[in-house]
Amino acid sequence: MHTESPETPPNVLAGSPSHSDGGQPLVAIRNLTKYYTRGEQIIPVLVDINFDVLPGDYIALMGPSGSGKSTLLNLIAGIDKPTSGEIRIAGVDIARLSDGDLAAWRAANVGFIFQFYNLMPVLTAFQNIELPLQLTSLSRRDRRERVETALALVGLSDRATHFPNELSGGQQQRVAIARALITDPTLIVADEPTGDLDRTTAEEVLSLLERLNVELGKTIIMVTHDPKAASHAHKIVQLEKGILVG
Amino acid sequence: MYVVFLVFKNAFRHKLRTSLTIVGIIVAITAFGLLRTIVEAWYAGAEATSSARLVTRNSISLVFSMPLTYAQKIRQVPGVAAVSWANWFGGIYITERNFFPQFAIDAATYLDMYPEFVLKPEEKKAFLVDRKGAVVGRKLADQYGWKIGDQIPLRGTIFPGTWTFTLRAIYDGVDAKTDETQFYFHWQYLNEAIKARFPRRGDQIGVYIVEIRDPAQAAAISRDVDATFRNSLAETLTETEKAFQLGFVAMTETILVAVQAVSFVVIIIIMAVMANTMAMTARERYGEYATMKTLGFGNGFVALLIFAESIGIALAGGGLGILLTFPLANAFAGAMGTLFPVFFVSRQTVLMQLGAALVVGVVAACVPAWRAARVRIVDGLRSIA
Repeated sequence: MHTESPETPPNVLAGSPSHSDGGQPLVAIRNLTKYYTRGEQIIPVLVDINFDVLPGDYIALMGPSGSGKSTLLNLIAGIDKPTSGEIRIAGVDIARLSDGDLAAWRAANVGFIFQFYNLMPVLTAFQNIELPLQLTSLSRRDRRERVETALALVGLSDRATHFPNELSGGQQQRVAIARALITDPTLIVADEPTGDLDRTTAEEVLSLLERLNVELGKTIIMVTHDPKAASHAHKIVQLEKGILVG
Repeated sequence: MYVVFLVFKNAFRHKLRTSLTIVGIIVAITAFGLLRTIVEAWYAGAEATSSARLVTRNSISLVFSMPLTYAQKIRQVPGVAAVSWANWFGGIYITERNFFPQFAIDAATYLDMYPEFVLKPEEKKAFLVDRKGAVVGRKLADQYGWKIGDQIPLRGTIFPGTWTFTLRAIYDGVDAKTDETQFYFHWQYLNEAIKARFPRRGDQIGVYIVEIRDPAQAAAISRDVDATFRNSLAETLTETEKAFQLGFVAMTETILVAVQAVSFVVIIIIMAVMANTMAMTARERYGEYATMKTLGFGNGFVALLIFAESIGIALAGGGLGILLTFPLANAFAGAMGTLFPVFFVSRQTVLMQLGAALVVGVVAACVPAWRAARVRIVDGLRSIA
């Protein structure tokens, strides 16, 4: 985990990869359980999940619909809270953080890539990528430099002033990837990042994710239905009916 | 600054919707301002009064008069500085439609008691020496195109016959609150003419205007004046000039209450429309708010975006509505003639319009902001899927 203040995230976009610190897991999940309640009915979504993710890992979470893989990803990303259990990320048990602390933690430590890109339609590609940096104390000039580097990294320097509706699906997802990277997070989580893309574009996005993992040393956890997408990961974790099966 | 940037971008995402909402607010705030101005105009007579003046009238009704001899007795009441009097004339100028207030006054004392009527010295002098002279307000003179020296015939209703006056002076109000639609002439002229034809109607007074030295003593002096004439044939009722004017307003209070109610209903309606617009807007953006929260923006920031957008739209509409109120009020005043002697958009009305716009913006954003702030990230993200 970065020791720097979340106010001033380091810029590794232009530098060398920040690789693992040995055998310590970056993500350590212990006895994780998540239930939903509907009236008096209790619906188990995740049951006693235990697994580790090492720094620099690239994990694919797979399983049929309703198996709980997206819920697990949400819990790891700190956008949902478990019913019980522990989620330690770089030593911080995020299940115990308050909503406010969790928001600050997410801003500093997690980059998100969504299936439907989730870009702000009123902002240009540049402004979308810059969005997470608004929570930092970086100067306008520093922000611009970072965004330009990120745009170059995802090959969209010539699309900086385009709005999402002026970009193809693949280009939008690349903007989303640049946005996920911009604060140099410890962890990148991707929920079906190629689910809304054609095969060729999906391959481009997967190659980009692979580059982030290999060249920048980013730890990536990706939810996918697609075995081809999963084949890019180092490890595949299978979930079935909320239980880890492999 | 970033909030302003985002709010601006969001506000004009649906240009037609935002424009129509602003138009709605403009109409509501303008209507509110106009109705408030009408209400204020109704009270203008009372607002323009002096606390140093009392009005004494027959206690039975304004229709009944009092003897001229009361003037001397009132003057002797401790605390009274001066006494003047006036009679309502109620004449018709050409047709009944040309209504304006006409009073026969004891000119010298009356004009001294009303410093808010500003006359040119030479015109005042000309009026005072001409027993058939008249003095009118600037607005009234402008309305009928009267100039100094014009002959103005009035057909009497209370005092029979046609009475022709020579316009000797035109007064200006000391400020915008002063009524410039009044018509004054000499009580002595009226009294002499009436006494010659109807001796029993001579030396009768409609109202006495009593100037007092200390406004704080108004209640005590009023009591003393009325006590002076207790058990006489014409008992009196003395009250402050403001209370006297409010007595007239009270006669039409139901209409005023209705106008005031409508002015607030207009605001409540636009508040509901605006709240619906903001609810719709926020609901459409739950996914975006969830994304922002995912990126680390707090619930408060999301609520702030909604509040700022709602207040921004409301104030934009409110500001334009306020600007539109002025020409509309002028046009309305022109169309109404002398029905509203004092009709202008006051600073208080403008502040109320601004306040109403602000309240509309804040109230409209409350529920959507609360919901957007409370919505769980996972639920918000699901709305995109």
